[in-house]
Amino acid sequence: MATPILNLDDLISQDYKHGFFTQLEADAVPRGLNEEVIRLISAKKEEPEFMLEWRLKAYRHWLTMTEPHWATVSHPPIDYQAISYYSAPKSRKEGPQSLADVDPELLRTYEKLGVPLEERELLAGVAVDAVFDSVSVATTFKDKLGELGIIFCAFSEAVREHPDLVRQYLGSVVPYTDNFFASLNSAVFSDGSFCYIPPGVRCPMELSTYFRINARNTGQFERTLIIADRDAYVSYLEGCTAPMRDENQLHAAVVELIALEGAQIKYATVQNWYPGDKEGRGGIYNFVTKRGDCRGADSKISWTQVETGSAITWKYPSVILQGDNAVGEFYSVALTNHYQQADTGTKMIHLGRNTRSTIVSKGISAGHGRNAYRGLVKVAASATNARNHTQCDSLLLGDRCMASTFPYIEVKNPTARVEHEASTSRIGEDQLFYCQSRGISAEDAVSMIVNGFCKEVFNKLPMEFAVEAQKLLGVSLEGSIG
Amino acid sequence: MLEIRNLHVSVDGKPVLNGIDLTIPAGEVHAIMGPNGSGKSTLAYVLAGREGYQVTAGEVRYQGSDLLALTPEARARAGVFLAFQYPVEIPGVANIYLLKAALNSVRKASGLAELDAMDFLALIRAKLKLMGMDEALLYRPVNQGFSGGEKKRNEILQMAVLEPKLAILDETDSGLDIDALKVVADGISSMRDAQRAIVLVTHYQRLLDYIVPDRVHVLSQGRIARSGGPELAKELERHGYGWIDAGRSSPMGEGP
Repeated sequence: MATPILNLDDLISQDYKHGFFTQLEADAVPRGLNEEVIRLISAKKEEPEFMLEWRLKAYRHWLTMTEPHWATVSHPPIDYQAISYYSAPKSRKEGPQSLADVDPELLRTYEKLGVPLEERELLAGVAVDAVFDSVSVATTFKDKLGELGIIFCAFSEAVREHPDLVRQYLGSVVPYTDNFFASLNSAVFSDGSFCYIPPGVRCPMELSTYFRINARNTGQFERTLIIADRDAYVSYLEGCTAPMRDENQLHAAVVELIALEGAQIKYATVQNWYPGDKEGRGGIYNFVTKRGDCRGADSKISWTQVETGSAITWKYPSVILQGDNAVGEFYSVALTNHYQQADTGTKMIHLGRNTRSTIVSKGISAGHGRNAYRGLVKVAASATNARNHTQCDSLLLGDRCMASTFPYIEVKNPTARVEHEASTSRIGEDQLFYCQSRGISAEDAVSMIVNGFCKEVFNKLPMEFAVEAQKLLGVSLEGSIG
Repeated sequence: MLEIRNLHVSVDGKPVLNGIDLTIPAGEVHAIMGPNGSGKSTLAYVLAGREGYQVTAGEVRYQGSDLLALTPEARARAGVFLAFQYPVEIPGVANIYLLKAALNSVRKASGLAELDAMDFLALIRAKLKLMGMDEALLYRPVNQGFSGGEKKRNEILQMAVLEPKLAILDETDSGLDIDALKVVADGISSMRDAQRAIVLVTHYQRLLDYIVPDRVHVLSQGRIARSGGPELAKELERHGYGWIDAGRSSPMGEGP
C-alpha cells in the first residue's frame, strides 16, 4: 500500500554515529611482544622489581597458552606481534584546541546524551592537561577521599605509592595464569585504577565522575583492583555512556574485586566502544576478565553491566562466594546490532555456607547480531544451604539475529537450591503497529519496549547512570529495529 | 470527516475489498457489519495504516486530505484511532507509560504542551472512573495477563485519553460478557459528540442495542451490499447474513 511505514531494514542499517578519532602524538614502543618490551613498559612506569617479575612470569606463562575458541564468537586470527603494547599520549598540541574544532555530529550526540559541557571537552579530546596526563590524576576528589583514608588512584601510581597493598592483592582473584587474555594483560597492562576502602568506611560518593575523567587514559590493557576492607562500602561506575573510539582493536582488561568481612562492592559498567560499521568491519574486540571475591563472611559483590558497544564482547563478571552468608549479584544488559557478537554471562562459585546469588541477564539482538548468555552456577560440597536464582531473557529484533543461552550448573551439596528461568521474545510488527497506531513512532516504540525489557537491570544502576543508560539504548537503537 | 471512494485492497495479491464507497460525517456513528471474511477488519486496518495491505485502486480522504499517504503514527496524531479486535501485549512496558507516551505525542503534534506526570495522573484517574477500571491496571504491562474484557476496556480507555476525531472500533464487543459489554458501550457512548465520527465494526447486533448508530452498512465479499438506518441491523439479526447475499442475487429480495 501507499503508506510509507518505517522500514526495518533501513532502521537497522543506520550508521554508528558516535565514533571519533583524536590524533595524538604518542610515545609508543615498537610493535610486537617480547621480554624486552615488557622490561621497557615496566621501566617507563618506574615500577619496583616485584612488578616486573610478575609481568615476566605472566608473559612466560602466556607463551605456553593458546587463544580460547569456545565462545560463540568468530573473528579473523589476531596477530599479537602486530600490536604496539605501550602507547602513552605525550602531547596535546595535536588534538582539538576547543569544542569549536570538534566534529559537530559528535557534539550533537553528547547533547542527546546530556553529557555535561566540561566533560564533553574531555571526551572529545580537547586539550585539558589534567585529563590527559597519564602520570597524575585529578587531585580534587583524591583529597576529599584521602581524609577518609580511601586510596583511589591510577594503578601505576598505586604500584609506586602503595606497593604492599598491590603486592598483597594483585592476582589474588585473577591469577596471571587464569586465562589467555588475563595472562596477556598481566604481562603488558598499561594502567587502570586502584581503590582501597579502609575498615568501616563507607565511600561517600559514587566513584564515577572521577573515572569518567580518567577513562581516556586506561588504554587497551587496563587493570583495575578494588579492595573493600572489613565493613567497608564502595560503589564504582566504570565507563561512560558517551561514545568512545579507540584505534586499538584488541582490548583485554582485568578487574579484580576483593570484599573482606561485611564489606560491599557495587561495580557498574556501561560499555559503548566502537562496534564496527554496519558490514561488520572494524570495531573493538573486548576480551575482559572480571572477577570478585567475597573473601569475608557477610560480604557482598554486585556486578551491573550495560554492554552496547564493541564488535566482540567476551566477558563474564563473576563472584567467588567464599565467606559464609556472602551474596553475589549479576545484572546485565547486552545489546548486539549489525554484526556485533557478544558472549557474556557470569560465574557464581558458592563455597561458603548460606551463600546466595542472583543472576539477571537481558540480551537484545538486532540486525545480524549474535548474543549468547554463558553462565556457571557452581555449588561446592562445603556450601550448605546455598541458593541461586537465574533469569535469562532474550529479546530479538528482526529475523536475522541470534540469541543463545548456555547455563552450566554444578551442584555438589544436596541442600542447594538452584533455579533457572529463561525466556525468548521478539519485538513483533504487531507490537510496533500497535504503538504507531497510538501516535508513537516505530523508533520510540522499540526504545520503549527495550527499556521496559531492561528495567530490572536499570533499576540496579545509580539513578543518574540509569537515566544515561536508558538514553544510550535509545540512541543505539536508532539503528536497530526489528 | 471520512470519505472512502472506490477502495480496492489486496492482501498477498488476493482482492479483499472490491470497491468500497463510504462517507462518514463528523458527529455520526456508523456501524459496519458483515459475516466473517467480508473485509471488515481489513477496512479497519487499511484506515489505520497497517503494513501488508495493498491499495490497488481508490482513495481515502480524511478531513479533506489523503489519509493513505500518512504513516500510521501520523494518522494517530491527526486524530485517527483504531481499537484493536485483538489488543497486543507489550511485556515490560507499563500501561500508564504507553498511555502517557501516546497522549504526549498526539498533543505535541497538535502544538499542545506535553503533560507532566502529575497532570497526566489526574487526567487518567478521571478516565479510569469513566471506564470502571482499577488503577492497578495502569501499572501492569500493556495488555499482558489482562482478561478479554480488560483488554477491550483498555482500548476504550486509550480512546478516552487520546480523544480522537475518527474512532474505528474493530469488534470491540467480541468476547465480552453482558456486564462488560454495557460498560464498554457506555464508555463509547460518552465519547459521542458533534465533532467526532465513530465507526463500529461488529459481527453482531447486540452492541447496537446500547449504541444506536446513525447508519448501518453491511459488507459482503468486499463490497457494501446494503446501507440503511439502525433498523437494518435488527433485520440482519432476524434473517442472518444469508439474507443479504440472497438479496443480492435477487435484487428485489424477500423483504421483511
